[in-house]
Amino acid sequence: MWIYEKKLQYPAKVGRANVKMAKYLITQYGGPDGELSAAMRYLTQRYTMPTPQAKGILTDIGTEEMAHLEIIATLVYKLMDGASVEELKQADLGGYYADHGKALYYVNGSGVPWTATYIQAKGDPIADLHEDMAAEEKARATYEWLINLSDDPDLNATLKFLREREIVHFQRFGETLQIVQEYLDSKKYF
Amino acid sequence: MNREQLCMLKELMAVQFTALELHLYLDTHPTDQKALMEYNSVVQQLNVLKHEYQQRYGPLTWGEPSAYPWQWINEPWPWEICYE
Repeated sequence: MWIYEKKLQYPAKVGRANVKMAKYLITQYGGPDGELSAAMRYLTQRYTMPTPQAKGILTDIGTEEMAHLEIIATLVYKLMDGASVEELKQADLGGYYADHGKALYYVNGSGVPWTATYIQAKGDPIADLHEDMAAEEKARATYEWLINLSDDPDLNATLKFLREREIVHFQRFGETLQIVQEYLDSKKYF
Repeated sequence: MNREQLCMLKELMAVQFTALELHLYLDTHPTDQKALMEYNSVVQQLNVLKHEYQQRYGPLTWGEPSAYPWQWINEPWPWEICYE
């Protein structure tokens, strides 16, 4: 089961409302390399992992991704706070506004809704852990492109924190892969 | 949210983050005794802080006692806080 904690993992600030940036950032909410994809991927892959370390790390990183999803939602919410319909139209968010108002919806930066086809659960722990390591690197790159798009130091502080988390997760998945590889090798030779 | 509460909340967030980082490390290094000792000490500090914060400002999570009226729904929610 899961229990909600009524606080963010990181004090997510924005310097000023910025609708254009909200449009770019929402890809980390519902885009291919975003936090929803990450959480859903890890939390569903854990059931077919062969070692306790792998079951643990996928549960815990999957859960941390839910906390990151909340941070992204907070940032998008704050970036859109107080925006007029005219500002939304200028940022090319008229179509988004027609469908969702100012609600948070799982889409990428071009408005394409989230799909389970962004993720895989192969039932082969080596394949799944390689996918997870690649996913962390893709998310890291996305944060770097978003930092390039942003000129808001407060927003960038949170994006840099999230970028660093991808690097730590990549490291932990790499260690897990090695543990699982050794476990599978040890089963081959009695 | 007043200055004092925000300050305490940020401290709590920082200590909890330290605990999380050690927790993930221990998942793949379960026999690292030094890291485990550090984890246990951080968790102890975290529990003291959580208890103190919740006594003053109400529940942060499920399963905590509440003053009257039900405190859980009190604003601000995490996305509404100005973390200045």
